Amino acid sequence: MRVLTFSERTAKEILRDPLNLAFGLGFPLVLIFLLSAIQANIPVSLFEIERLTPGITVFGLSFMSLFASTLVARDRESALLQRLYTTPLTAVDFILGYMLPVLPIAVAQSMVCYIAAICLGLPVTVTIVYAVLFIIPVSLFFIALGLLCGSVFGVKQVGGICGALLTNLTAFLSGVWFDLDLVGGAFRKTAYFLPFVHAVELERAVLNGNYAAIHPHIWWVLGYTLGVGVLAVMLFLRQMKRQ
Amino acid sequence: MEAIQTERLTKKYKDLTAVNSLDLAVHEGELFSLLGINGAGKTTTIKMLSCLTRPTGGDARLLGSSIVRNAAEVKKMIGVSPQETAVAPNLTVKENLELMCGVHGFSREKSRQKAEELTEQFTLTQIAGKKAGKLSGGWQRRLSIAMALIGEPKILFLDEPTLGLDVLARSDLWDTIRSLKGRITMILTTHYMEEAEALSDRIGIMKSGELLALGTAEELKKLAGTDKFEDAFIAIVKGSRPLNGGN
Repeated sequence: MRVLTFSERTAKEILRDPLNLAFGLGFPLVLIFLLSAIQANIPVSLFEIERLTPGITVFGLSFMSLFASTLVARDRESALLQRLYTTPLTAVDFILGYMLPVLPIAVAQSMVCYIAAICLGLPVTVTIVYAVLFIIPVSLFFIALGLLCGSVFGVKQVGGICGALLTNLTAFLSGVWFDLDLVGGAFRKTAYFLPFVHAVELERAVLNGNYAAIHPHIWWVLGYTLGVGVLAVMLFLRQMKRQ
Repeated sequence: MEAIQTERLTKKYKDLTAVNSLDLAVHEGELFSLLGINGAGKTTTIKMLSCLTRPTGGDARLLGSSIVRNAAEVKKMIGVSPQETAVAPNLTVKENLELMCGVHGFSREKSRQKAEELTEQFTLTQIAGKKAGKLSGGWQRRLSIAMALIGEPKILFLDEPTLGLDVLARSDLWDTIRSLKGRITMILTTHYMEEAEALSDRIGIMKSGELLALGTAEELKKLAGTDKFEDAFIAIVKGSRPLNGGN
């Protein structure tokens, strides 16, 4: 009951911010339509709807980190958390209350992206459902990253880190905008050491029904999700103790 | 039983002793003010008593429950209105109140009932549907206190509740606080001498983490040999002499 109340509040705070809706839903949709228009005029295999959509759904999740981190940082700065720490809410209630409500928002965002892709010619198959399901562990990674950043940084800093840095990292190191093999070298190595490109490759494999190709990407995603999740919980508890 | 009984309550941060071996008793139903200049240890004391920070030494019992060993029990009986604005900005006034009901584990029916009761008590009816972030400072403070009261606390901590408010908003809040006197034990911190004098049953003056003086406003004026309470406060803090005006 307590965690549900807190989750409900988290969802309302996020969904009632028009900027969140504009960036969370609007921006990925604009990108799908824009890049599909480019593809229609100058065919680029990277921007074919079957390859583009999984990338955009993963890119869109970087906004989940921004939403979660901004909310946690704002709560810390406004002393709302201080007030709530004096209530019977437990640490588990707080962590679940921040993370769980963002998950359906992330899933809804990827569903909207896939619906847009269907309108642009993506064949309707059951793999779309699987792709939406496989977005869950990827979403958890981005949400945990938001909790982590919100526990450590202030509102202005998370705006820079999650709003600018993370979205750009997700964009450039995920192989959505350009083939990483074209750059190669240390850039490619770095990209494959991070989870973004693995998340995109995982989604592409599932959407295209090529389930054998989800390995090793799924392990990279799950590993990062677990690692960042544990670190986020530790840092959240640390800031809680510091109150 | 005392509402609050501290026993050599201490908080140290590396080299700094924020609160030093504080022994204090607050009676049930009284409004007790903690005064002191910045860094006196008032907010740290409140943070320890409200289980926000753990003491590095000593203990305190709130209606018999230890803040060190039984924080969960203490949290069920306290309400806190922090120094800074502590409302959920994108939630309406009513939703903020219902949020606090929910975190205290109230049923939906009880939540609705308590939210209505507090809305009426704090004359928030007209703004019940407005987002808290859009309210003026005075209304936000009023909502903040209503949120602190919704869990039906036996002890209420008010950390500088009128800071930054205009004269009228402050006067309204004083009326609200007065209306709670006797029913709830209240601990108030403030920098406004007239506020402490007007509202408090007893006042404790702190400096450098220690309690310098304790008593009613009249007793403290008498002890310091001044007519005005503000002069008494200055004399006590500047003199740094431990005084005891009463118990």
